[in-house]
Amino acid sequence: MTSNSNLSNMRRLVEQLKLEASVERIKVSQAAAELQQYCLQNASKDALLVGVPTGSNPFREPRSCAVV
Amino acid sequence: KTSFNCIFNVSFSLRFKPFRRRPLPAQRKYMRSPLTPEMATQEVQLNETLAHLKTESETLKSKLEEERAKLHDVELHQVAEKVEGLGQFVMKTRRTLKGHGNKVLCMDWCKDKRRIVSSSQDGKVIVWDAFTTNKEHAVTMPCTWVMACAYAPSGCAVACGGLDNKCSVYPLSLDKNENLAAKKKSVAMHTNYLSACSFTNSDMQILTSSGDGTCALWDVESGQLLQSFHGHAADVLCLDLAPSETGNTFVSGGCDKKANVWDMRSGQCIQSFETHESDINSVRYYPSGDAFASGSDDATCRLYDLRADREVAIYSKESIIFGVSSVDFSLSGRLLFGGYNDYTINVWDVLKGTRVSILFGHENRVSTLRVSPDGTAFCTGSWDHTLRIWA
Repeated sequence: MTSNSNLSNMRRLVEQLKLEASVERIKVSQAAAELQQYCLQNASKDALLVGVPTGSNPFREPRSCAVV
Repeated sequence: KTSFNCIFNVSFSLRFKPFRRRPLPAQRKYMRSPLTPEMATQEVQLNETLAHLKTESETLKSKLEEERAKLHDVELHQVAEKVEGLGQFVMKTRRTLKGHGNKVLCMDWCKDKRRIVSSSQDGKVIVWDAFTTNKEHAVTMPCTWVMACAYAPSGCAVACGGLDNKCSVYPLSLDKNENLAAKKKSVAMHTNYLSACSFTNSDMQILTSSGDGTCALWDVESGQLLQSFHGHAADVLCLDLAPSETGNTFVSGGCDKKANVWDMRSGQCIQSFETHESDINSVRYYPSGDAFASGSDDATCRLYDLRADREVAIYSKESIIFGVSSVDFSLSGRLLFGGYNDYTINVWDVLKGTRVSILFGHENRVSTLRVSPDGTAFCTGSWDHTLRIWA
Protein backbone atom coordinates (compact mmCIF):
# COMPACT_ATOMS: atom_id res chain seq x y z
CA MET A 1 0.00 0.00 0.00
CA THR A 2 1.31 3.42 -0.89
CA SER A 3 0.64 4.86 2.58
CA ASN A 4 2.69 2.07 4.14
CA SER A 5 5.71 2.78 2.00
CA ASN A 6 5.34 6.53 2.62
CA LEU A 7 5.31 5.68 6.31
CA SER A 8 8.46 3.60 6.14
CA ASN A 9 10.17 6.31 4.07
CA MET A 10 9.24 8.92 6.67
CA ARG A 11 10.44 6.67 9.49
CA ARG A 12 13.74 6.21 7.69
CA LEU A 13 14.03 9.96 7.16
CA VAL A 14 13.39 10.68 10.85
CA GLU A 15 15.99 8.06 11.87
CA GLN A 16 18.49 9.57 9.44
CA LEU A 17 17.90 13.09 10.77
CA LYS A 18 18.33 11.86 14.35
CA LEU A 19 21.66 10.32 13.33
CA GLU A 20 22.81 13.51 11.64
CA ALA A 21 21.69 15.68 14.57
CA SER A 22 23.77 13.59 16.97
CA VAL A 23 27.06 14.18 15.11
CA GLU A 24 29.75 15.74 17.28
CA ARG A 25 30.76 19.14 15.97
CA ILE A 26 33.58 21.58 16.60
CA LYS A 27 33.60 25.35 16.21
CA VAL A 28 34.27 26.80 12.78
CA SER A 29 37.14 28.85 14.25
CA GLN A 30 38.92 25.68 15.31
CA ALA A 31 38.16 23.83 12.06
CA ALA A 32 39.32 26.81 10.00
CA ALA A 33 42.53 27.13 12.00
CA GLU A 34 43.35 23.47 11.33
CA LEU A 35 42.64 23.77 7.60
CA GLN A 36 44.92 26.80 7.48
CA GLN A 37 47.64 25.00 9.43
CA TYR A 38 47.56 22.07 6.98
CA CYS A 39 47.93 24.47 4.03
CA LEU A 40 50.85 26.30 5.52
CA GLN A 41 52.64 23.15 6.66
CA ASN A 42 52.49 21.63 3.19
CA ALA A 43 52.91 24.78 1.12
CA SER A 44 56.58 24.20 0.42
CA LYS A 45 55.85 20.81 -1.19
CA ASP A 46 53.09 22.18 -3.41
CA ALA A 47 54.65 22.55 -6.88
CA LEU A 48 51.67 24.37 -8.36
CA LEU A 49 51.74 26.86 -5.50
CA VAL A 50 55.42 27.70 -5.11
CA GLY A 51 56.93 26.27 -8.25
CA VAL A 52 59.87 23.88 -8.28
CA PRO A 53 63.51 24.40 -9.18
CA THR A 54 64.01 24.54 -12.93
CA GLY A 55 64.52 21.12 -14.31
CA SER A 56 62.59 19.17 -11.73
CA ASN A 57 59.11 19.62 -13.16
CA PRO A 58 58.91 17.19 -16.07
CA PHE A 59 56.01 19.02 -17.60
CA ARG A 60 57.75 22.37 -17.70
CA GLU A 61 60.66 20.98 -19.63
CA PRO A 62 60.39 20.91 -23.41
CA ARG A 63 59.66 17.47 -24.67
CA SER A 64 62.68 15.46 -25.62
CA CYS A 65 62.83 12.18 -27.46
CA ALA A 66 63.88 9.33 -25.24
CA VAL A 67 66.27 6.91 -26.86
CA VAL A 68 65.41 3.51 -25.48
CA LYS B 1 34.23 35.48 -30.79
CA THR B 2 34.66 33.37 -27.67
CA SER B 3 31.90 35.10 -25.77
CA PHE B 4 29.49 34.80 -28.71
CA ASN B 5 30.10 31.08 -28.94
CA CYS B 6 29.70 30.81 -25.20
CA ILE B 7 26.30 32.42 -25.25
CA PHE B 8 25.16 30.41 -28.23
CA ASN B 9 26.20 27.13 -26.64
CA VAL B 10 24.69 28.11 -23.35
CA SER B 11 21.27 28.96 -24.65
CA PHE B 12 20.50 25.40 -25.56
CA SER B 13 22.94 23.49 -23.46
CA LEU B 14 22.95 25.33 -20.14
CA ARG B 15 20.85 22.65 -18.52
CA PHE B 16 21.99 19.85 -20.81
CA LYS B 17 23.04 16.80 -18.96
CA PRO B 18 22.77 13.46 -20.64
CA PHE B 19 19.84 11.51 -19.37
CA ARG B 20 19.59 13.42 -16.12
CA ARG B 21 16.18 12.90 -14.57
CA ARG B 22 14.09 14.97 -12.20
CA PRO B 23 13.93 13.75 -8.59
CA LEU B 24 12.46 10.26 -8.32
CA PRO B 25 8.67 10.39 -8.59
CA ALA B 26 6.55 9.69 -5.53
CA GLN B 27 4.97 6.26 -5.40
CA ARG B 28 2.38 5.78 -8.08
CA LYS B 29 -1.10 5.84 -6.68
CA TYR B 30 -2.58 2.52 -7.64
CA MET B 31 -6.20 2.14 -8.52
CA ARG B 32 -8.04 1.92 -5.29
CA SER B 33 -10.83 -0.47 -4.55
CA PRO B 34 -13.66 0.88 -2.41
CA LEU B 35 -12.65 1.23 1.26
CA THR B 36 -14.31 -0.88 3.92
CA PRO B 37 -14.96 0.82 7.27
CA GLU B 38 -11.99 -1.09 8.81
CA MET B 39 -9.68 0.02 6.05
CA ALA B 40 -10.92 3.59 6.43
CA THR B 41 -9.99 3.63 10.12
CA GLN B 42 -6.59 2.13 9.35
CA GLU B 43 -6.04 4.78 6.69
CA VAL B 44 -6.86 7.58 9.13
CA GLN B 45 -4.45 6.14 11.68
CA LEU B 46 -1.71 5.86 9.07
CA ASN B 47 -2.24 9.45 7.99
CA GLU B 48 -2.04 10.63 11.59
CA THR B 49 1.24 8.77 12.14
CA LEU B 50 2.52 10.18 8.86
CA ALA B 51 1.66 13.73 9.90
CA HIS B 52 3.30 13.13 13.27
CA LEU B 53 6.48 11.88 11.61
CA LYS B 54 6.47 14.82 9.26
CA THR B 55 6.34 17.26 12.16
CA GLU B 56 9.12 15.34 13.89
CA SER B 57 11.31 15.53 10.78
CA GLU B 58 10.70 19.28 10.45
CA THR B 59 11.65 19.76 14.11
CA LEU B 60 14.80 17.68 13.68
CA LYS B 61 15.79 19.64 10.57
CA SER B 62 15.53 22.98 12.36
CA LYS B 63 17.33 21.57 15.39
CA LEU B 64 20.15 20.44 13.07
CA GLU B 65 20.42 23.94 11.60
CA GLU B 66 20.37 25.48 15.07
CA GLU B 67 23.16 23.23 16.34
CA ARG B 68 25.26 23.95 13.27
CA ALA B 69 24.68 27.69 13.57
CA LYS B 70 25.76 27.76 17.24
CA LEU B 71 29.29 26.79 16.25
CA HIS B 72 29.46 29.24 13.36
CA ASP B 73 31.56 31.77 15.25
CA VAL B 74 33.72 33.00 12.38
CA GLU B 75 34.26 32.77 8.61
CA LEU B 76 37.21 30.88 7.13
CA HIS B 77 38.49 33.94 5.27
CA GLN B 78 38.47 35.94 8.51
CA VAL B 79 40.67 33.33 10.19
CA ALA B 80 42.92 33.51 7.11
CA GLU B 81 43.27 37.31 7.09
CA LYS B 82 46.77 37.18 8.54
CA VAL B 83 47.98 34.63 6.00
CA GLU B 84 50.21 36.00 3.27
CA GLY B 85 48.42 36.55 -0.01
CA LEU B 86 49.39 34.58 -3.09
CA GLY B 87 51.40 36.16 -5.86
CA GLN B 88 50.95 35.97 -9.60
CA PHE B 89 50.60 32.56 -11.10
CA VAL B 90 52.18 31.48 -14.33
CA MET B 91 50.32 28.40 -15.39
CA LYS B 92 50.16 27.42 -19.01
CA THR B 93 49.19 24.53 -21.17
CA ARG B 94 52.30 22.37 -21.37
CA ARG B 95 50.87 19.46 -23.34
CA THR B 96 47.80 18.98 -25.51
CA LEU B 97 46.53 15.43 -25.95
CA LYS B 98 44.69 15.04 -29.24
CA GLY B 99 43.08 11.87 -30.42
CA HIS B 100 39.53 11.63 -29.17
CA GLY B 101 36.88 11.97 -31.84
CA ASN B 102 34.32 13.59 -29.62
CA LYS B 103 33.79 15.28 -26.23
CA VAL B 104 36.17 14.16 -23.49
CA LEU B 105 34.01 13.34 -20.47
CA CYS B 106 36.35 12.00 -17.83
CA MET B 107 40.00 11.43 -17.02
CA ASP B 108 42.17 9.99 -14.25
CA TRP B 109 45.88 9.93 -13.44
CA CYS B 110 47.91 6.80 -12.86
CA LYS B 111 49.90 6.68 -9.61
CA ASP B 112 53.10 6.82 -11.69
CA LYS B 113 52.31 10.54 -12.25
CA ARG B 114 52.72 10.34 -15.99
CA ARG B 115 50.03 8.10 -17.42
CA ILE B 116 46.46 9.22 -17.91
CA VAL B 117 43.27 7.44 -18.88
CA SER B 118 40.50 9.40 -20.59
CA SER B 119 37.05 8.55 -21.92
CA SER B 120 34.85 10.17 -24.47
CA GLN B 121 31.36 10.51 -25.92
CA ASP B 122 32.51 8.52 -28.95
CA GLY B 123 32.93 5.41 -26.81
CA LYS B 124 36.72 5.42 -26.81
CA VAL B 125 38.88 5.02 -23.74
CA ILE B 126 42.53 6.02 -24.28
CA VAL B 127 45.59 5.59 -22.07
CA TRP B 128 48.22 8.31 -22.67
CA ASP B 129 51.77 8.97 -21.59
CA ALA B 130 51.38 12.60 -20.58
CA PHE B 131 55.13 13.37 -20.82
CA THR B 132 55.40 12.34 -24.46
CA THR B 133 51.69 12.68 -25.44
CA ASN B 134 51.86 9.20 -26.97
CA LYS B 135 48.81 6.98 -26.85
CA GLU B 136 49.64 3.70 -25.19
CA HIS B 137 46.32 1.86 -25.32
CA ALA B 138 42.90 2.42 -26.83
CA VAL B 139 39.67 0.55 -26.21
CA THR B 140 36.34 1.01 -27.92
CA MET B 141 33.43 0.55 -25.55
CA PRO B 142 30.17 -0.95 -26.81
CA CYS B 143 28.33 2.24 -25.78
CA THR B 144 28.68 5.95 -26.35
CA TRP B 145 28.97 8.55 -23.56
CA VAL B 146 31.62 6.87 -21.44
CA MET B 147 31.12 9.23 -18.52
CA ALA B 148 33.41 7.58 -16.03
CA CYS B 149 36.90 6.17 -16.07
CA ALA B 150 39.49 5.40 -13.42
CA TYR B 151 43.04 4.06 -13.20
CA ALA B 152 43.72 1.13 -10.88
CA PRO B 153 46.19 1.83 -8.05
CA SER B 154 48.61 -0.74 -9.46
CA GLY B 155 48.56 0.93 -12.87
CA CYS B 156 47.73 -2.42 -14.42
CA ALA B 157 44.07 -1.85 -15.23
CA VAL B 158 41.47 0.80 -16.00
CA ALA B 159 37.76 0.89 -15.23
CA CYS B 160 35.12 2.69 -17.27
CA GLY B 161 31.41 2.89 -18.00
CA GLY B 162 28.57 5.16 -18.96
CA LEU B 163 25.35 4.64 -20.88
CA ASP B 164 25.79 0.89 -20.72
CA ASN B 165 24.85 1.18 -16.99
CA LYS B 166 27.91 -0.92 -16.17
CA CYS B 167 31.43 -0.45 -14.91
CA SER B 168 33.93 -2.70 -16.69
CA VAL B 169 37.57 -3.34 -15.85
CA TYR B 170 40.20 -3.77 -18.59
CA PRO B 171 43.58 -5.19 -17.57
CA LEU B 172 46.31 -3.28 -19.42
CA SER B 173 48.68 -5.42 -21.37
CA LEU B 174 52.33 -4.69 -22.04
CA ASP B 175 51.77 -6.12 -25.49
CA LYS B 176 50.47 -3.19 -27.53
CA ASN B 177 49.00 -5.51 -30.13
CA GLU B 178 46.80 -7.37 -27.71
CA ASN B 179 43.11 -6.70 -27.96
CA LEU B 180 42.19 -5.21 -24.60
CA ALA B 181 38.49 -5.69 -25.17
CA ALA B 182 38.94 -9.46 -25.08
CA LYS B 183 39.95 -9.43 -21.41
CA LYS B 184 37.17 -7.08 -20.31
CA LYS B 185 35.49 -7.86 -17.00
CA SER B 186 32.02 -6.54 -16.20
CA VAL B 187 31.95 -5.56 -12.55
CA ALA B 188 29.13 -3.19 -11.68
CA MET B 189 25.52 -3.25 -12.82
CA HIS B 190 23.25 -0.29 -12.24
CA THR B 191 19.76 0.42 -13.53
CA ASN B 192 20.77 3.72 -15.08
CA TYR B 193 23.91 5.38 -16.46
CA LEU B 194 27.23 5.15 -14.63
CA SER B 195 28.30 8.68 -13.68
CA ALA B 196 31.53 8.03 -11.76
CA CYS B 197 33.79 5.22 -10.63
CA SER B 198 36.87 4.88 -8.46
CA PHE B 199 39.05 2.03 -7.25
CA THR B 200 39.43 1.92 -3.50
CA ASN B 201 42.90 1.40 -2.00
CA SER B 202 43.47 -1.69 -4.10
CA ASP B 203 42.64 -3.12 -7.51
CA MET B 204 40.14 -5.40 -5.77
CA GLN B 205 37.24 -3.05 -5.13
CA ILE B 206 35.42 -0.38 -7.10
CA LEU B 207 33.04 2.30 -5.93
CA THR B 208 30.44 3.52 -8.43
CA SER B 209 27.74 6.18 -8.64
CA SER B 210 24.81 6.15 -11.00
CA GLY B 211 21.88 7.97 -12.55
CA ASP B 212 19.73 5.44 -10.68
CA GLY B 213 20.29 7.49 -7.50
CA THR B 214 22.58 5.03 -5.73
CA CYS B 215 26.27 4.42 -5.12
CA ALA B 216 27.67 0.94 -4.77
CA LEU B 217 30.82 -0.92 -3.73
CA TRP B 218 31.81 -3.95 -5.81
CA ASP B 219 34.31 -6.79 -5.63
CA VAL B 220 36.22 -6.73 -8.92
CA GLU B 221 37.09 -10.41 -9.08
CA SER B 222 33.59 -11.79 -8.53
CA GLY B 223 31.49 -8.80 -9.60
CA GLN B 224 29.65 -9.15 -6.31
CA LEU B 225 27.84 -6.16 -4.78
CA LEU B 226 29.47 -5.58 -1.38
CA GLN B 227 27.49 -2.57 -0.20
CA SER B 228 24.94 -0.18 -1.63
CA PHE B 229 24.31 3.40 -0.60
CA HIS B 230 20.79 4.80 -0.76
CA GLY B 231 19.81 8.31 0.20
CA HIS B 232 20.05 10.57 -2.81
CA ALA B 233 16.68 11.61 -4.23
CA ALA B 234 17.94 11.91 -7.81
CA ASP B 235 20.89 11.00 -10.07
CA VAL B 236 24.23 10.80 -8.28
CA LEU B 237 26.80 12.58 -10.46
CA CYS B 238 30.11 12.30 -8.63
CA LEU B 239 32.01 10.70 -5.81
CA ASP B 240 35.39 10.90 -4.09
CA LEU B 241 37.07 8.58 -1.61
CA ALA B 242 38.55 9.98 1.59
CA PRO B 243 42.37 10.01 1.69
CA SER B 244 43.36 6.59 3.02
CA GLU B 245 44.62 7.82 6.37
CA THR B 246 41.22 9.13 7.34
CA GLY B 247 39.28 5.93 7.13
CA ASN B 248 36.55 4.29 5.18
CA THR B 249 34.32 7.09 4.00
CA PHE B 250 33.47 8.72 0.72
CA VAL B 251 31.46 11.73 -0.41
CA SER B 252 28.92 11.84 -3.26
CA GLY B 253 27.06 14.69 -4.96
CA GLY B 254 23.88 14.63 -6.98
CA CYS B 255 21.08 16.27 -8.89
CA ASP B 256 19.20 16.61 -5.60
CA LYS B 257 21.74 19.39 -4.69
CA LYS B 258 22.96 17.29 -1.78
CA ALA B 259 26.46 16.18 -0.89
CA ASN B 260 26.40 13.05 1.28
CA VAL B 261 29.22 11.54 3.31
CA TRP B 262 28.97 7.74 3.65
CA ASP B 263 30.45 5.04 5.88
CA MET B 264 31.66 2.41 3.42
CA ARG B 265 31.26 -0.50 5.79
CA SER B 266 27.76 0.13 7.08
CA GLY B 267 26.27 1.82 4.03
CA GLN B 268 25.04 4.59 6.30
CA CYS B 269 24.93 8.25 5.32
CA ILE B 270 26.72 9.95 8.20
CA GLN B 271 26.56 13.59 7.14
CA SER B 272 24.57 15.48 4.54
CA PHE B 273 24.95 18.99 3.17
CA GLU B 274 22.38 20.86 1.13
CA THR B 275 23.45 24.43 0.41
CA HIS B 276 23.99 24.37 -3.35
CA GLU B 277 21.23 25.75 -5.53
CA SER B 278 21.60 23.27 -8.33
CA ASP B 279 23.15 19.93 -9.35
CA ILE B 280 26.49 19.08 -7.76
CA ASN B 281 28.74 17.95 -10.61
CA SER B 282 31.95 17.30 -8.71
CA VAL B 283 33.13 16.60 -5.17
CA ARG B 284 36.74 16.33 -3.97
CA TYR B 285 38.26 15.80 -0.54
CA TYR B 286 40.66 18.35 0.92
CA PRO B 287 44.10 16.63 1.19
CA SER B 288 43.86 16.28 5.00
CA GLY B 289 40.49 14.55 4.70
CA ASP B 290 38.83 17.01 7.11
CA ALA B 291 36.86 18.84 4.43
CA PHE B 292 35.67 18.53 0.86
CA ALA B 293 34.94 20.91 -2.02
CA SER B 294 32.05 20.75 -4.45
CA GLY B 295 31.33 22.30 -7.84
CA SER B 296 27.81 22.92 -9.06
CA ASP B 297 25.62 24.13 -11.91
CA ASP B 298 24.85 27.13 -9.66
CA ALA B 299 28.27 28.50 -10.74
CA THR B 300 29.79 28.21 -7.28
CA CYS B 301 32.34 25.98 -5.60
CA ARG B 302 31.89 25.43 -1.89
CA LEU B 303 34.01 24.07 0.94
CA TYR B 304 32.40 21.93 3.65
CA ASP B 305 34.27 21.13 6.85
CA LEU B 306 33.39 17.67 8.17
CA ARG B 307 34.21 18.33 11.82
CA ALA B 308 32.33 21.63 11.96
CA ASP B 309 29.60 19.86 9.96
CA ARG B 310 28.85 22.88 7.76
CA GLU B 311 29.73 24.87 4.68
CA VAL B 312 32.68 27.14 5.53
CA ALA B 313 33.38 28.91 2.24
CA ILE B 314 31.81 29.80 -1.10
CA TYR B 315 33.97 30.48 -4.15
CA SER B 316 31.98 32.65 -6.52
CA LYS B 317 31.96 35.92 -8.43
CA GLU B 318 29.09 37.83 -9.98
CA SER B 319 30.85 37.61 -13.32
CA ILE B 320 30.93 33.80 -13.19
CA ILE B 321 27.55 32.54 -14.31
CA PHE B 322 28.37 29.18 -15.85
CA GLY B 323 28.30 25.88 -14.03
CA VAL B 324 31.35 24.19 -12.56
CA SER B 325 31.88 20.73 -13.96
CA SER B 326 34.92 19.61 -12.01
CA VAL B 327 37.07 20.62 -9.01
CA ASP B 328 40.36 19.53 -7.44
CA PHE B 329 42.83 20.78 -4.83
CA SER B 330 46.53 21.41 -5.19
CA LEU B 331 48.79 19.26 -2.99
CA SER B 332 48.70 21.53 0.07
CA GLY B 333 45.01 22.33 -0.31
CA ARG B 334 45.73 26.04 -0.69
CA LEU B 335 44.53 26.20 -4.29
CA LEU B 336 41.21 24.97 -5.66
CA PHE B 337 41.00 24.48 -9.41
CA GLY B 338 37.57 24.59 -11.05
CA GLY B 339 36.73 23.65 -14.62
CA TYR B 340 33.76 25.63 -15.89
CA ASN B 341 31.19 25.37 -18.67
CA ASP B 342 32.36 28.74 -20.03
CA TYR B 343 35.55 26.99 -21.22
CA THR B 344 37.76 28.47 -18.48
CA ILE B 345 39.56 27.25 -15.38
CA ASN B 346 39.32 29.43 -12.30
CA VAL B 347 41.95 29.06 -9.60
CA TRP B 348 40.81 29.97 -6.06
CA ASP B 349 42.69 30.74 -2.86
CA VAL B 350 40.93 28.23 -0.60
CA LEU B 351 41.68 30.13 2.63
CA LYS B 352 40.96 33.67 1.53
CA GLY B 353 38.08 32.85 -0.80
CA THR B 354 39.43 34.96 -3.67
CA ARG B 355 40.18 34.03 -7.26
CA VAL B 356 43.90 34.07 -7.98
CA SER B 357 43.92 33.19 -11.64
CA ILE B 358 41.78 32.44 -14.67
CA LEU B 359 43.12 30.14 -17.38
CA PHE B 360 42.04 30.11 -21.01
CA GLY B 361 42.76 27.57 -23.69
CA HIS B 362 39.96 25.12 -24.20
CA GLU B 363 37.53 25.79 -27.00
CA ASN B 364 34.53 24.25 -25.34
CA ARG B 365 33.37 23.46 -21.83
CA VAL B 366 35.84 21.88 -19.43
CA SER B 367 34.27 18.60 -18.36
CA THR B 368 36.89 17.04 -16.11
CA LEU B 369 39.89 18.21 -14.06
CA ARG B 370 42.41 16.32 -11.91
CA VAL B 371 45.65 17.32 -10.22
CA SER B 372 48.50 14.82 -10.71
CA PRO B 373 49.36 12.51 -7.78
CA ASP B 374 52.52 14.45 -6.89
CA GLY B 375 50.93 17.85 -7.50
CA THR B 376 53.30 18.98 -10.24
CA ALA B 377 50.57 19.52 -12.83
CA PHE B 378 46.88 19.20 -13.47
CA CYS B 379 45.00 17.82 -16.44
CA THR B 380 41.74 19.00 -17.95
CA GLY B 381 39.46 17.30 -20.47
CA SER B 382 37.02 19.22 -22.61
CA TRP B 383 34.12 19.00 -25.02
CA ASP B 384 36.61 20.37 -27.56
CA HIS B 385 37.89 16.75 -27.86
CA THR B 386 41.25 17.46 -26.25
CA LEU B 387 43.00 17.11 -22.92
CA ARG B 388 45.48 19.68 -21.66
CA ILE B 389 48.22 19.38 -19.07
CA TRP B 390 48.83 22.61 -17.14
CA ALA B 391 51.80 23.48 -14.97
